[in-house]
Amino acid sequence: MTAPASPTKVRGETILAVEDLVKHFPIRQGVLFQKQVGAVQAVDGVSFELRRGETLGVVGESGCGKSTLARLLMRLETPTAGRATLEGRDLFSASGAELRRLRRNMQMVMQDPYTSLNPRMTVGDIIGEPFEIHPDAAPKGSRQARVRELLDVVGLNPEHINRYPHQFSGGQRQRIGIARALALRPEIIVCDEPVSALDVSIQAQVINLLEKLQDEFGLSYIFIAHDLSVVRHISDRVAVMYLGKIVEIGTEDEIYERATHPYTQALLSAVPVPDPEARDQRIMIRLTGDVPSPADPPSGCNFRTRCWKAQEVCANQEPHAVPRAADPHPSACHFAELRPTP
Amino acid sequence: MSQSAVRPTPASPTPEGGHLLDVRDLHVEFRTGEGVAKVINGVSYHLDPGETLAVLGESGSGKSVTAQAIMGILDTPPAVIRSGEIRYRGRDLLKLPEEQRRQVRGKDIAMIFQDALSALNPVFGVGWQIGETLRQREGMSRADARSRAVELMDLVRIPGAASRIGDYPHQFSGGMRQRVMIAMALAMNPKVLIADEPTTALDVTVQAQIMDLLADLRRDLDMAMILITHDLGVVAGVADRIAVMYAGRIVEHADVHSLYRAPAHPYTKGLLESIPRLDVRGQELSTIKGLPPNLMRIPSGCPFHPRCPYAQQVCVDVVPHDLVLGDGRTSACHFAQEVRDDSAR
Repeated sequence: MTAPASPTKVRGETILAVEDLVKHFPIRQGVLFQKQVGAVQAVDGVSFELRRGETLGVVGESGCGKSTLARLLMRLETPTAGRATLEGRDLFSASGAELRRLRRNMQMVMQDPYTSLNPRMTVGDIIGEPFEIHPDAAPKGSRQARVRELLDVVGLNPEHINRYPHQFSGGQRQRIGIARALALRPEIIVCDEPVSALDVSIQAQVINLLEKLQDEFGLSYIFIAHDLSVVRHISDRVAVMYLGKIVEIGTEDEIYERATHPYTQALLSAVPVPDPEARDQRIMIRLTGDVPSPADPPSGCNFRTRCWKAQEVCANQEPHAVPRAADPHPSACHFAELRPTP
Repeated sequence: MSQSAVRPTPASPTPEGGHLLDVRDLHVEFRTGEGVAKVINGVSYHLDPGETLAVLGESGSGKSVTAQAIMGILDTPPAVIRSGEIRYRGRDLLKLPEEQRRQVRGKDIAMIFQDALSALNPVFGVGWQIGETLRQREGMSRADARSRAVELMDLVRIPGAASRIGDYPHQFSGGMRQRVMIAMALAMNPKVLIADEPTTALDVTVQAQIMDLLADLRRDLDMAMILITHDLGVVAGVADRIAVMYAGRIVEHADVHSLYRAPAHPYTKGLLESIPRLDVRGQELSTIKGLPPNLMRIPSGCPFHPRCPYAQQVCVDVVPHDLVLGDGRTSACHFAQEVRDDSAR
């Protein structure tokens, strides 16, 4: 398999730029004459850049909008507002042949390998289906050979091309999903919780596979997950989301070692560490209460209802994700500071 | 260090045990259309008052089925308990008639489940559900059961308990629903609480709250707890002892500190090395090759041998017994000491 990236494409240059992306799902009432009574603000002004060959981790708790973000990027949802450019071309205004071309460049691996594969299609048909939509990607005669090659690349036996999904384990199914995503030789793969449905011993296999493929094909990943340990392991840069916004973004080191946003600090402190000796040494920041409803987010900083630092300014003025005095990476907190080391 | 092959669980030499709960050599099969799945193959573990035992394993390892057998909520058929004993305060629960078994369930041993939304009844208010056992079993009046339900909701730290008692499960968040289920389990003051993946469906900040709550309740109410989980991080935070399960057996059993410091079974060692850690940077993830076995065709000898880097011919031929490694540690591996010494390095 030849590398999809041509030599002119420089590792590290911006491949995808997202600006002020917004997705509000309307809440409607009434049977015949529906009127909009509100909106779930699933994604509310998200901006970031993805560079060639890097992995951008997106972490956050359920309901923070990370999966909606993935669906927006894949154009499975239409954004309410905002722009995204993929290699300089506008992702959201594209249609027809142009959209097909763009989509070919960006593929997705889904969370649940049990529901994301059609049980009535053979593995060969599932992985080869992208070629039906993009016939120029592989001429008809060479498709089977190409599918076998893909199976081999993801560590499955090419002889199993005629088997059905139920004949595979969860980890193997996730490999099938990865092979399908690779079929069109994309440059970006959006992975939405790709390992959270897998057992611990299988998780590591899939993570290692994703890393190997990245090196081999120069892929860029948007890696969405709730498991902060997995994200740290695989990511170059990390974005932390809360209630539809990115509250902090930076390199893996900046987020995990020098976080300045209280939410990031609380999140990190709550991750259980597999070391009983650390039991009494770690000081956990205990957040009280639940995440507010995205249909009615708090004014100002949307984390202020659970934040121990909240002041009046937090209710009145929304903090933006900008570099802070405490550390130069963007953090959306009026009182951004490093966590004192105990 | 003593090294002898013995069958029974460590640190349980007396026949009467003295243990609060003592599971001995339990065997459970599931008879299905495709054949017999040997789900539990000789599991022994015990629980003493006031301690927390973690049962660690991946899906299909038999950790939940063992707990269901203890609770007496296994669906039989398809499940068949082939042999073994489950002693609670010396009495074998498996020999009790259903009426007496029912007296134990809930009152002495209670259980909470992973998915609170499907474990709660959507058409009744939570207060009604929490009070149900009290009305049915203790013969409490509706008013008394209701006020006790409010107390229990306070105990599990549901804010505004009195005003939320009439709310339905769907009106609570995931963490609060889990608290409701814990309140239900505590209604009869059980001595043993079995928590089956209590935080798996929850976000990390809520998970921390629930684990804190369980640890506090266990201490304040003087219960013993069996925590069933696949999460090595959660276990490290709360457990006193750990039993690691694989293919329906306990492959390693140790106190939490020794197990994390130097695992003595290749499976435990592999698991610990394959998880990414938040506090360790730039590590290489090693993997356990292959897949967990099909329980209808468990490999001969040691069930882990096809995936094990230590495997020799003896592992294919001979089922390893629990090797006692001192300090009450056991490992069902022919090369347990070697593995432990490698891990400690």
